[in-house]
Amino acid sequence: MKKRILALLMAMVMVFAMAACGKGEDDGLIKVGIINNDPNESGYRTANDADMKKMFTEANGYSASFAYSLKNDEQIQAAQKFIQDGVDYLLLSAAGTAGWDSVLKEAQEAGVQVILFDRTIDADPSLYVASIVSDMAKEGQTAVDWLKGQDLAEYNVIHLQGVMGSAAQIGRSGALDAEVAANANWNLVTQQTAEWSAEKAQQIVQSVIDAGTSFNVIYAENDDMAKGAVAALDKANISHGVGKDVIIMGFDCNKWALQELLAKNWNYDGQCNPFQAGYIDEIIKKLEAGETITEKTIIMDEKGFDANTITEEDVNNYGI
Amino acid sequence: MKDENIVLKMRNIHKSFPGVRALQGVDFTLCEGEIHALMGENGAGKSTLIKVLTGVYTKDEGDIFIKGTEKAVAIRSPQEAQKVGISTVYQEITLCPNLSVAENMYIGRGSSMVQNWKKMNADADKILQSLDIPAKATQQLASCSLAVQQMVAIARAVDMECKVLILDEPTSSLDEQEVEKLFKLMRDLKKKGVGIIFVTHFLDQVYEVCDKITVLRDGQLVGEYEIENLPRVQLVSKMLGKDLDDMADIKGEQEVYDKEDASELVFEAEGLVSDAGIKPFNFNIKKGEVNGFTGLLGSGRSECVRAIFGADRVVGGTVKKNGKTVKITKPIEAMKNGIAYLPEDRKRDGIVGDLSVRENIVLALQVKKGFFKPFTKAEAYKFADEYIKLLGIKTASADTPIKSLSGGNQQKVIVARWLLTHPEYLILDEPTRGIDIGTKIDIQKLVLKLASEGMSITFISSETDEMLRTCSRLVVMRDRKVVGELSGEDLTQNMIMNTIAGGE
Amino acid sequence: MKKKFTFNKQLLIPLAAILLLTVFNLIADPSFFAIKLDQNSAGDPVLSGNLITILDYGSELAILAIGMTLVTAATGGQDISVGATIAIAGSVILRVLCGTDSRPETLQAPVIVAFLVACVVSMVFGAFNGVLVAHFKIQPMVATLILFTAGRSIAAWINNNELPVISEPSFAYYGNFIPGIPVPTPFFIAIICMIITALVLRFTTLGLYTQSVGINENSSKLNGINPVFVKFITFVILGLCVAVCGLIKVSRISTINYSVIAKDIEMDAILAVALGGNALSGGKFNMTASILGAYVIQYLTTTLYKFQVQSTALPAYKAVVVIILVVASAPVVREWVAGVWKKRKAKHQVKEAN
Repeated sequence: MKKRILALLMAMVMVFAMAACGKGEDDGLIKVGIINNDPNESGYRTANDADMKKMFTEANGYSASFAYSLKNDEQIQAAQKFIQDGVDYLLLSAAGTAGWDSVLKEAQEAGVQVILFDRTIDADPSLYVASIVSDMAKEGQTAVDWLKGQDLAEYNVIHLQGVMGSAAQIGRSGALDAEVAANANWNLVTQQTAEWSAEKAQQIVQSVIDAGTSFNVIYAENDDMAKGAVAALDKANISHGVGKDVIIMGFDCNKWALQELLAKNWNYDGQCNPFQAGYIDEIIKKLEAGETITEKTIIMDEKGFDANTITEEDVNNYGI
Repeated sequence: MKDENIVLKMRNIHKSFPGVRALQGVDFTLCEGEIHALMGENGAGKSTLIKVLTGVYTKDEGDIFIKGTEKAVAIRSPQEAQKVGISTVYQEITLCPNLSVAENMYIGRGSSMVQNWKKMNADADKILQSLDIPAKATQQLASCSLAVQQMVAIARAVDMECKVLILDEPTSSLDEQEVEKLFKLMRDLKKKGVGIIFVTHFLDQVYEVCDKITVLRDGQLVGEYEIENLPRVQLVSKMLGKDLDDMADIKGEQEVYDKEDASELVFEAEGLVSDAGIKPFNFNIKKGEVNGFTGLLGSGRSECVRAIFGADRVVGGTVKKNGKTVKITKPIEAMKNGIAYLPEDRKRDGIVGDLSVRENIVLALQVKKGFFKPFTKAEAYKFADEYIKLLGIKTASADTPIKSLSGGNQQKVIVARWLLTHPEYLILDEPTRGIDIGTKIDIQKLVLKLASEGMSITFISSETDEMLRTCSRLVVMRDRKVVGELSGEDLTQNMIMNTIAGGE
Repeated sequence: MKKKFTFNKQLLIPLAAILLLTVFNLIADPSFFAIKLDQNSAGDPVLSGNLITILDYGSELAILAIGMTLVTAATGGQDISVGATIAIAGSVILRVLCGTDSRPETLQAPVIVAFLVACVVSMVFGAFNGVLVAHFKIQPMVATLILFTAGRSIAAWINNNELPVISEPSFAYYGNFIPGIPVPTPFFIAIICMIITALVLRFTTLGLYTQSVGINENSSKLNGINPVFVKFITFVILGLCVAVCGLIKVSRISTINYSVIAKDIEMDAILAVALGGNALSGGKFNMTASILGAYVIQYLTTTLYKFQVQSTALPAYKAVVVIILVVASAPVVREWVAGVWKKRKAKHQVKEAN
């Protein structure tokens, strides 16, 4: 028994020694460990990951390691490994909200600063220095406010929802639901989930057209579904876009979607900003300079693009 | 024999199934410390008797007495059989290969939900040791050899404090050394006073390990014999139901086989051997000859013809067709060489149940003709109607699914299928099994007619007189080996039985 | 030889389902059947209406049902990876058309070349499934589970996770309309597939072989058929169907979303086979009934959309259909029905006698 404890102690000493080495080895680079979801998950995530990789380079003064998983337990393991490796900052987009307390405490004890991006977690805010997130409800509100600003006499909306219960769906549906409930001239022609899928959206819109019901707005909770809806409209020769019969609204700001806006085939696209790296960089710079972060939760600027005002530059800067 | 030694007594057992009287007043007696062989050909009633004894079937009539109870016992389920001390080990191992040896020995036995694993493993090890079984309690069963698995099954049976142990064909998948090990275990159990019923079709094994033999035939008891009082040839004659002297040869005026004349050999095999466990054999057949393989059930006669047709994996030997060496490793190659094969198990290997009579008839010729050359429906109907008429197949139409025909008519469809390919050499493995007398005679007549037209035919049947009636030469098999060849004068019941029995 | 026209009982199930849905729609809202001739946004005439939608979307399912029927007949199992392999086929098509640029102005290769490459790739993946099932004797559902899980990641990998978009309008013809022809193109593609299938079944012995292997493998082997090859080839054929379906799918929206394209389509394809009255345990099959089954499913889907049933609830309705089918085909129920039928007939005869 004694032997075991001794072995354990020695192992721990070695780990700490190595961690210390990691820190001591001063080549001027800031060590960051980045834990993200699988970039294959969606276009949003691909853009997010690319943005991270672009920012945290040696040229920018960082030495970055990446770990990807859609599973919480694997992410926690990766976090433990990064703490052992002695990173200075742990950047985390958690797969699940729960179960992070103990590993973040470990980080705190080891002097590793934690910055959350994209997703929040259920843990004591003292365990992390900042959290950079999108506000999906605000995205929805921005879009609905824009729509309201169009001053139509009547709003007959086809509402294509994402996978029910996802944060994006709840946020983007909420604002529209509230507006429909509040105004007599706002009607939902149909409200269906197309589960982020273009094909399903196309079928749903097709069925509305086949039924002969009239409508003048398509509020799709992502670009794919808006594209599917537009395909159905094209088939039935229903005009859409700026100054046409049907207003097309999408989210996510895919580059191709913004190009549709530029061509005035669509009317509006709401951003879900995947570019958090710049915000994180700023925070790290502040911390390194010895400043303190006052605002824990940073909500990113998210734009809504109008086909009338969008520019080629916007497409290149904000398209993902 | 003292009465108090008797551990199991079955008296006047009757059991009928619709259309079949499987057991008609059978008696069976088993003593303590005795290995008792239960013998009989297919359909003799062995397995029915075993199933009555183990509660799988309920008997129609008769009594079963077990040592220790005065009154006759009622066995209505396998569980009840186990309770009165009757355990069975089947041919196919019915244990769970992914569990440990000990778990297999105790599975489904304890009445309580709580299991003391340590004790269970210790108990299992003790039993394994006492029976000298080379296995550990915690070992996974699948990692043991087949023989050891069989022994574990026996150990499980023995530990259920059985008085009567039934071994149903336990040796059929074991090699010689494994059989030896099993026999040693059986002898050990015998010393401990267990009564063992041994069902097998290996004559040598019976004479090696058994004390007594009970012979059944056609659902009736032929007799119970001490092993030393029943020479092998007598046993064979009792199983086949032919008296040794009753040898009025039925064979008619067909051609006598001429050994010297080797000019027209249609098919020759030398040292042919497949992976089905037969010894390499030599064989040939002439144009227009009818010959046959004979031997008891399981002697390897079917395996020989399967090897000829390439139905099992051929692992050695050479074959010649019309004097030229050919390669036959797959049925399609045999078919292309003009060989046809009607398999023994009609249901499993012959019919394609849901397909129509028409499709079943044209199947083989269609395959022979090729994938890209299907027959038109009209052609197929023509073939089907022709053979339905020729063979007198009783079917509502050519579109009727074959599975709704009677056994005899199904068999005729399969015969039609092969005749349609116009083979030079036709192999018929038990074409007459399980079909009515009329059809049996039809098929025998057909065989002789085809042979007179120049077709070579190998005919296999469990009924020796059928073989004698049709074949001019017989290859005799015992224990998966060719042990003799009979023709001409030698072709008698006596000689066949003597050759099958061998040994003495 | 007198030729008889025998009505195949198997067609009863899909026909009865069509009748049931038609009666329901006639009562609920006859405008369901309205068909209009309009112009689409490019100024070409197109037919529209619920029935056209059924023909349009039912066609891709019908194409899949052809392959699935053969796989089911020969192996007694189903391929659950078709959705994922459609994603692969679609991804391959886009990859070939786009070359290195994910937003090409012009197509980098003719569509036919892209399609043929997709055919080859899909058949290779079909062959992979086929080898697992036929040679290694793995249960079809388990074997195809591999691609079911991995397929969509492979599809994403083929395009380096990018989402290519084709702006060339002619690419959209395959999933929508060819200018001047008012009937949706997928329907024509399905007709071509059906004709090819009919020819193959007529001029080869594929039908006989697959059924024979599915019913009795031992017997087939002894009749010179190679069951391993027959099972293998059915998966390769299904691979071809998958490629066709993939072309239609990506053409519809000129892009792809790896995680949702053709999602759950395998279940619909299997259901089509079952609705066609074919035993899912293999053996005899009726191709016409399977194809009808595919259109019946789309009929059901379109009807449900028309009555604004939540699309998340669609699987529940399909599940009801499955339950009815499964229960109806259970031997217990069949015997019971046969028994009742007999009794009624007997009663009838007694009455007549009186």
